[in-house]
Amino acid sequence: MTLLLLLLLPFLGCVIAACMPAYARNREAWFAAFIALCGLLLTLSLYPEVSSGIVIKHELAWLPMFNLNLVLRMDGLAWLFSVLIQGICLLVVLYARYYMSPKDPVPRFFAFLLAFMGAMQGVVISGNLIQLVMFWELTSLTSFLLIGYWHHRADARRGARMAFTVTSIGGLCLLAGVLLLGYIAGSYDLDAVLASADVIRAHQAYAPALLLIALGALTKSAQFPFHFWLPHAMAAPTPVSAYLHSATMVKAGIFLLMRLWPVLAGTPEWTWIIGTAGVCTMLIGAYLAIFQHDLKGLLAYSTISHLGLITCLLGIGTPLAMVAAIFHTLNHAIFKASLFMAVGIIDHESGTRDMRKLSGLSRLMPYTATLAIVASAAMAGVPLLNGFLSKEMFFAEALLVGASTNWWMSAAAVLMGVFGVAYSMRFISVFFGARATELPKQPHEPPRWMRFPVELLVLCCLIVGVAPQLSIGVPLQTAAASVLGERLPDYNLAIWHGINTPLIMSVLAFALGILLFKVLKYRFNLLQSIHIPVLYRFNGKQAYESSMLILASSAARLERLFSTRRLQPQLFLLVLAGLFASALMLQAMPDFKHAWSVDNVNLPFAMLWLVGCTCAVCAAWQAKYHRLAALMLVGGTGIVTSLTFLWLSAPDLALTQLMVETVTTVLLLLGLRWLPSRISARKMNLVASNRDKLRRSRDLVIAIIAGSVMFVISYFVLLHPANFTISNFFLDNAVPGGGGTNVVNVLLVDFRNFDTLGEITVLSIVALTVYALLRRFRPAQESIGIPAQQANQVDPASRQTPAEQANSGYLLIPGIYLRLLLPVIGISAAYFFMRGHNLPGGGFIAGLVFAVGMIIQYMLAGTVWIESRLKLNPHRWIAVGIGLACFTGLGSLLLGYPFLTTHTAHVTVPLLGEIHLPSAFIFDLGVFAVVVGTTMLILIALAHQSVRSHRVPGAQQDNSTAASREIR
Amino acid sequence: MELTIALSIGVLFSSGIWLILRPRSFQVITGLLLLSYAVNLFIFITGRLSVNKPPLIIQGEAVDPALYADPLPQALVLTAIVIGFATTALYLVVLLGSRGLTGTDHVDGKERDSEE
Repeated sequence: MTLLLLLLLPFLGCVIAACMPAYARNREAWFAAFIALCGLLLTLSLYPEVSSGIVIKHELAWLPMFNLNLVLRMDGLAWLFSVLIQGICLLVVLYARYYMSPKDPVPRFFAFLLAFMGAMQGVVISGNLIQLVMFWELTSLTSFLLIGYWHHRADARRGARMAFTVTSIGGLCLLAGVLLLGYIAGSYDLDAVLASADVIRAHQAYAPALLLIALGALTKSAQFPFHFWLPHAMAAPTPVSAYLHSATMVKAGIFLLMRLWPVLAGTPEWTWIIGTAGVCTMLIGAYLAIFQHDLKGLLAYSTISHLGLITCLLGIGTPLAMVAAIFHTLNHAIFKASLFMAVGIIDHESGTRDMRKLSGLSRLMPYTATLAIVASAAMAGVPLLNGFLSKEMFFAEALLVGASTNWWMSAAAVLMGVFGVAYSMRFISVFFGARATELPKQPHEPPRWMRFPVELLVLCCLIVGVAPQLSIGVPLQTAAASVLGERLPDYNLAIWHGINTPLIMSVLAFALGILLFKVLKYRFNLLQSIHIPVLYRFNGKQAYESSMLILASSAARLERLFSTRRLQPQLFLLVLAGLFASALMLQAMPDFKHAWSVDNVNLPFAMLWLVGCTCAVCAAWQAKYHRLAALMLVGGTGIVTSLTFLWLSAPDLALTQLMVETVTTVLLLLGLRWLPSRISARKMNLVASNRDKLRRSRDLVIAIIAGSVMFVISYFVLLHPANFTISNFFLDNAVPGGGGTNVVNVLLVDFRNFDTLGEITVLSIVALTVYALLRRFRPAQESIGIPAQQANQVDPASRQTPAEQANSGYLLIPGIYLRLLLPVIGISAAYFFMRGHNLPGGGFIAGLVFAVGMIIQYMLAGTVWIESRLKLNPHRWIAVGIGLACFTGLGSLLLGYPFLTTHTAHVTVPLLGEIHLPSAFIFDLGVFAVVVGTTMLILIALAHQSVRSHRVPGAQQDNSTAASREIR
Repeated sequence: MELTIALSIGVLFSSGIWLILRPRSFQVITGLLLLSYAVNLFIFITGRLSVNKPPLIIQGEAVDPALYADPLPQALVLTAIVIGFATTALYLVVLLGSRGLTGTDHVDGKERDSEE
């Protein structure tokens, strides 16, 4: 339970922090610190259990049928990392309070930081490999957000993108590797995987799994050849660097290698992959660090080098090397965090991090200088500081690798030590020498509490360095024991082991390091050199940028080759694909030549469709130049369709089709006004080019083929005897189960009412989308003026608004007639609605009928006149409708039945007799309201555009009147 | 009767396909309307043709499925018709917006050089 809290606390904090106001810098920092402190205390409270060797587990069912559960697991190693994550986060938060400028949007910063902490915590306490990868990717994502925090800066954006690309590619490799590992072990549970170590190492898929997992870990830990992203991630705010690159992000890779060490280590492949990467990284990183001019850049390369050292230790693969690796991880986190913070203070106070400008800072900021010098001494491995101890252990292990004959490993170790001393010298050189004069700001000591985290960390360096066994002995042993189990070696954490080879190596490294620095400084003008000797050609960043560029350009080329943004080719290909698919189907069709009979042709029906087909073909012919005619012709086809439904025993469909036909026609008529007038090609004396003719004939052929295929399929379906379907169930149960005799309506509002609920939701969404789109509608310039039809000089009514027309008695008789029609249509709608359950009708039809009644009123009197007298509020109709439908469903839930169960009641009302009142009735009422609301919302929103465009102020107004005058 | 309706579906479908391949947005909307008629009719006839057999149960008798038209395609088509209206409206508004924004009613938002 504590584990779950430990994991969820940061994410909860992230949400709360994100909601705080932008200026609340103090509140944010205190809040984040509180979260980190709680996490730290929770972790510490687990210490007694963990130190006694118990593995704390908390399991939550996730996909039990696939044997996948959310497992939280805390052992010694996870505990040590948790303390680092939470503890350093606490210090970083405190530090960030002073570091962040009041202008920075702090809620975002602290929210990301907490989310990152949660993700990191998730990685270390995951007891399931897939879950671990998930948190791993989450750290990539949150670190991307943190590195790119100052997203107005190009370098921050680029650095964040680079870090994200490299680490998330690694993450994908890791996922593949983990899946392989789980496949070999037969389970993704960490304990199960750890238990089957021998099986895994012997399996033939071991090598690929190792390679993939190593790719994940090495990219995350910025190991050669993926190290290039880390220096660019230094564009992040310094607290982020201090957190990500000391204790957390890059240590995730190390953690993973430690976690899976018992399973994967101990083979030649492991030593080659991990060891080689480690050695290369540690040497290249240390070498490059010497030649940096940016303080943070130096620390970045030194981080790479130290991570390489740890990786190398893990690659060596002896139990003692493992202990050294854990110890150095801890030490590195402590001194590197304090160094980053010290650099942040220098940057904050002096305004620059350029070592070529900075010098003599120890006189300006003596406390900070002392702290930074002690910390960098720990980095160089000076005795009595923590770095010394783990470095000695590393030297001892390096000696062991080659035994007495093969000394290359020892040489590499010493070389790393030499470089380390040199760059540490370079680092502290900013505190000595003449006092810098040309600095952007006059440096002075930072605020008391900004320095506090550095002081605390440096104190830790000292304590661990002086009394290692007393301070860190037990937790280190617990952590090592949790990885090594019974193979835990005997070791002695002491400062003085007597004069032995590692000590001589250390002394040698110091002497050579100081010499190297002096030589470089005075002979090779280190402080001003731009090029890095030998390795300057070696540019991972350039390789990354080039490969990204190649990827982008080849993707663009592929897109140009295989895709188009033009609609016509897309639709053409779609139709072709459809034809191809149906051609495959036609092959499977049985022979039905005998069915080509014309005996049972019903002449009136054929005549009806002669009209329908003529309308359709003519509409296709005329749609370009005669839109109004085409619209009427389409309407004709619609009416014929409606009549067909009536003919073929579908009265509900016939009614619906008729009403929708009306509404669609009105809709398109309203839209026609905004389309450009089109003069036919013949009048313009345009002759179609051959290419156009070719395209037209091609489309014609395609259209005819598509139609023929559709004909054949339809005919085949009709000749085929009807199959037994679920329809009989509905017929049988409509009356006993649904309590209505109109099966179609019972289907809609009872049997399949969940579908209907979805349908009306879609309707509402579409209507609101239409409304929203029209709010930003900008008509084309030439459509803004009054249309020619309305600018008629002869008819006085053309100069009147519809409201004036209504008052002056224009079209008086039709007006009164149509106004009287509203109650009649209203009653009809009510009638259709009431009888819907038993006879043709229902919510859809009644809603459409009522909407048509309202539209007639609008057409007659205009929007202004109507809306000043009758406010319809279609939004409210939609809301009420959806609400009614949902509450009907929830009502049955309340009574203990499944969602949307229908109940029927029969009520006897005087005069009307017995009324059939199922709960589906209320549902249908919801459908009715939604249909009225959506139809009215769409049409009114469109109709309002005509009113609105006349209100366009200024120049456009003049244009529009000018345009309308021209038309006159 | 079967032949008539199948032929008609074919004709409506051809007209619709021809129209959606045209370059003007109004042609495409007309084409979509015709296509929706064709497709609705096609779904409808999967329940086969039946005259004078509306799916309205006569109460008090045992239900004989042979006496009623298939209600299932009817219910499907009913909602399809209403949704069809909504999508037509959406397409119309997008069409108008594109016309206002680009100054042309070509489906690609720009005229091509050799335009029909």
